[in-house]
Amino acid sequence: MMINFAALEVGKHFYWHIGKLEVHGQVLIVTWIVIAVLVILSSLATRNLKRIPDGLQNFMEYALEFVQDVAKTAIGEREYRPWLPFVGTFFLFILVSNWLGALVPWKLITLPEGELAAPTSDINTTVALALLVSGLYFWAGISKKGLGYFARYVQPTPILLPINILEDFTKPLSLSFRLFGNILADELVVGVLVFLVPVFVPLPMMALGLFAGSIQALIFATLAATYIGEALEGHGEEEHGH
Amino acid sequence: MNPTVAAASVIAASLAVGLASLGPGLGQGNAASRAVEGIARQPEADGKIRGTLLLSLAFMEALTIYGLVVALVLLFANPFAG
Repeated sequence: MMINFAALEVGKHFYWHIGKLEVHGQVLIVTWIVIAVLVILSSLATRNLKRIPDGLQNFMEYALEFVQDVAKTAIGEREYRPWLPFVGTFFLFILVSNWLGALVPWKLITLPEGELAAPTSDINTTVALALLVSGLYFWAGISKKGLGYFARYVQPTPILLPINILEDFTKPLSLSFRLFGNILADELVVGVLVFLVPVFVPLPMMALGLFAGSIQALIFATLAATYIGEALEGHGEEEHGH
Repeated sequence: MNPTVAAASVIAASLAVGLASLGPGLGQGNAASRAVEGIARQPEADGKIRGTLLLSLAFMEALTIYGLVVALVLLFANPFAG
């Protein structure tokens, strides 16, 4: 029943057994490569800091300003600073994962089972990222307002309580499915096109995949920042009240 | 796999993606046309409109992606495969 889409394997994994756990080895390998790329790039860029930046330092400062802008518009000028590393890490990690998955010819490396691909095309990675966002916006709200944070569930009226609670579950669900589905869909489309016409024809789809990958990274970071900003913002009265 | 289950899963998968793309397609067209109107009326708000448009397009696209996820589950991880 499994159709072999040009050696595209969905649902097959290179299992590692750690104690009683089964982990998807191919995802971990690429994740480590992504982390290594990010660490090496940033340490190279900050090794020889100059007042007038050039080359890599210039590029990394541009990236920093970009994520700063994302966090600032979503969270607000006053409170964005402590959350900037978090939002920026999300953006850079997802962007580099998506692009490495699309740009590096992973097919040249054969694994016993499964194949190397973008870590974000595995549902476990995206669910982990989305749950991190959930935990963090709760923490942001509670650390700022204490138990008063939960007052927002009954605002503006208690009738909306079920919907407000439901929202906490749909947020991580939609975050994770959006990222996972988009990246996996890009890989599937390219795989099917390669299976039909191996040369040239898949190229525009690959370019579209790169675009979609960067947009999805931006969306994820923006939404994470928006959720945190939503949890932080008071409804106005509480802050002036005391 | 039981051939009836296989046939039903393939049809269901194609319907899931096809139907799920109907609504978001209409919605995205609507949003894009309004954004173009907005830019034509106020070219200086170009950047803000584009940012908001991309964000809302991604929200709409997520609905199609849910259909796609269902289709992928039916094709590659079918719980009724037996």
